[in-house]
Amino acid sequence: MSLMNWIDKRIPFSNSMKLHVTEYPAPKNFNFWYLMGSLAIVVLVNQIVTGIWLTMSYNPSAEGAFASVEYIMRDVEFGWLLRYMHSTGASAFFVVVYLHMFRGMMYGSYQKPRELLWIFGMLIFLVLMAEAFMGYLLPWGQMSYWGAQVIISLFSAIPIIGDDLTTWIRGDYVISGATLNRFFALHVIALPLVIVILVFLHLIALHEVGSNNPDGIDIKKPKGTVKPEDQAQYKFHPRYTDKYDIVDAIPFHPYYTVKDIVGLVGFLILCSLVIFYAPTMGGFFLEPPNFTAADPMKTPDHIAPVWYFTPFYAILRAVPDKLLGVIAMGGAIVVLALLPWLDRSKARSIRYRSTLHKVNLTQFVISFIILGYLGVMPATDLYTLIARICTVLYFGFFIFLFIYSKNEKIKPLPERLTK
Amino acid sequence: MMKRFLMALAFLIPAAAIAAGYSGPLDKANIDQSDKASLQSGAQIYMNYCLGCHSMEYQRYQRTFEDLDIPLDLGEEFLQFTGDSVGSHKFSSIDADASAEWFGLTPPDLTMVARVRGADWLYTYFRSFYVDDSRPFGVNNEVFENVGMPHVLQELQGVPRKTWERRLVDGEMKEVYVGIKSDGTGSMSDEEFDQAMLDLTNFLVYTGEPMILERQRMGMFVIGFLLILLILSILLKKEYWRDVK
Repeated sequence: MSLMNWIDKRIPFSNSMKLHVTEYPAPKNFNFWYLMGSLAIVVLVNQIVTGIWLTMSYNPSAEGAFASVEYIMRDVEFGWLLRYMHSTGASAFFVVVYLHMFRGMMYGSYQKPRELLWIFGMLIFLVLMAEAFMGYLLPWGQMSYWGAQVIISLFSAIPIIGDDLTTWIRGDYVISGATLNRFFALHVIALPLVIVILVFLHLIALHEVGSNNPDGIDIKKPKGTVKPEDQAQYKFHPRYTDKYDIVDAIPFHPYYTVKDIVGLVGFLILCSLVIFYAPTMGGFFLEPPNFTAADPMKTPDHIAPVWYFTPFYAILRAVPDKLLGVIAMGGAIVVLALLPWLDRSKARSIRYRSTLHKVNLTQFVISFIILGYLGVMPATDLYTLIARICTVLYFGFFIFLFIYSKNEKIKPLPERLTK
Repeated sequence: MMKRFLMALAFLIPAAAIAAGYSGPLDKANIDQSDKASLQSGAQIYMNYCLGCHSMEYQRYQRTFEDLDIPLDLGEEFLQFTGDSVGSHKFSSIDADASAEWFGLTPPDLTMVARVRGADWLYTYFRSFYVDDSRPFGVNNEVFENVGMPHVLQELQGVPRKTWERRLVDGEMKEVYVGIKSDGTGSMSDEEFDQAMLDLTNFLVYTGEPMILERQRMGMFVIGFLLILLILSILLKKEYWRDVK
C-alpha cells in the first residue's frame, strides 16, 4: 500500500472514499424508491458518453444536421445504437428524475434540514429541462423546429422586452442555423457542465445532512444518548460518529452498491427493451414528424412537445391569457422548489401523516399524469376544461398543504426505524 | 354523460395515432423484414416507378443491395438508372424547381416515409387511388385527399374506380359503396397488385430503418446477458445482506 500512502499524502483519496462510500452511514430501510438517484447518475454518464461519440459525427448546421443524423444511423459503426441510447436515455432521465422527486415528496425528504439539498435538486431539474429542450432541436426535424418555435415564442409573452428577447435567444428573426449552432454549444458543453457541478453540490449537501429514509426518522441521534449495544455495529467515518450516535445504519458500500447493481441491471433490461425493440416508444420518445427534415415554410398539423414537458405545457395551454399561462407554467416549477417552506408538518414520511395528506398527494399525482396526457393531445373544449381542473388541483395541492400541515394530526413517530 | 366519458377515454390514444391526418380505417400491412424476396421486389418497384421523382437521399445503393442480398453487379445493371456509382445516395434525376412548378411542390424524399406515416398507412395509400376527373392528374386518393401526384402504378393496377353496388339494406334496395375496383386493364391481378404494394411497403419500412434486423438480433444478446447478470447480482446482494438485521 505504499502507492496508496504516496497518494494519500498528496490528496485525501482514502479519507474521501471512507467519508462518502465505505464508511458513509445509510439508513438500512431504503426501498425501491431509493434506487432513482443512482440510476440518474448512470443515465447522466450514459448521456455524456454517447453524446461525445454522437458529436464526432454530427454536423451542427441547418444544411447538414438532419442528414448527419441519418449518416450516424446508417453509415457510422453502431451509430444507430449510440443515437438510440442517447434518445432513450433522455426519456429515461426524466422517468427516474420524476420518480426521484416523487420519492422526496412522499417521504418528506425536502423538510428541514434538507432544504438546500432539495433546491439543488430543483435546479438540476430546471437545467435538465433546458438541456433536453436544446438537444431536441439538434436532429433538425419538423418537430425539433416547430417545437422550439412554440417554446421560444413563449418568451414573447413577457411585456415590453418580450419580442426583443425572443430574437436575442434565437439569434435571428426565425429559428435558423444561428439558433441551431448556439443550442448545440449550450447542449454539448455549457449545460452539461452546469448539471455535473449541480449534481456534485447535490451529493455534497446530501452527505452533509445525511440521507432521509422511508420512515423519515433520523438515524443520527445526539452523542451519548444511545447505549453502545443499540448503536449500529459497523465502522463509520469519525466525521459522523464524533458528533452523533448512529442507529439503524449500514455502510453505503458494500451494502447499497450491491443492492443498487440489482436495480441497475433491472433498469438496463427495461431500457434495452426500448432501445432494441421500440426505439420510438410509439411516438413518445421520438415523434414521427421528426423523421422529416425541418421546413420553415410548412407547419405540422399538430405540434406536441416531448412527453416529459407535457404536464407543464398543458398548464400553459389551460390558462386563457398567454402571459398568465407562461407565469402559471413557471409557477408550477417554482412552487415545487418552495415545498420545504410550504410543508409545515412535524412528520416527514407519508407513513405517519394524515389521511388528508395522503389524499392530497394522490390527487396531485393523478392531476400531474392527466396533465401529461392532455399536453400531447390537441386542445379541444373538453380537454381544455379537464386541463383547467387539473391545473387548479395541481396548485391546490400546495395551497391545501400549506393550510393543513401546520396543525396536521399525525400518527405517533417511532424512535427508531421500523422494518 | 356517457358521451363525455367516452371522449375522456379518447385521450388514452397515443400521440402517434393522431399525427397522420387521415382518421379512417387502415388495412393492416403484414410485412416481414426478413423476407428478402419481398424486399427485393419492393426495391424493384421503387427504383422503376418511384425514384424518378422521389429521392431516397439518405440511403446508399450499395447498402440496399448488400442488405437485400442483391449482388452489386446485378444491382448496378438492373436497379440503378442514374449512372451514379454504387456507393452514392439515391437521388432522383428530377429538377427540384421544375417539379415544384409541375406538381405544386417538389416530390418529397421517401427514405423515412414509413417512420412518419407508418406501414399500414402506406399499404392502404398505395391501394386507394381512384379516378377523379376534377383533379389535374385525373386521380385522387382516399387516404391522402387531393394528393398532388398521378397514379404512377396504373399500368400495374389498371384504372381504379370507386364502385357502388345495388344491395338490399333493411328491406330497401340501395346503392352501397363497396370500395375501389380496378377495371382489370393492368398487368397485375388484384391479388398480385396487393402483394406488390405489400412488398413496396416492406421495402420502405426497411429504408426507414435499415438496421432493424440487426437491432432486434443484438437486443436478444444484450437482454440475455443482462438477465444472467441480474441473477448473479441478486445472489451477490443476498450474500452481502445476510448479516443485516
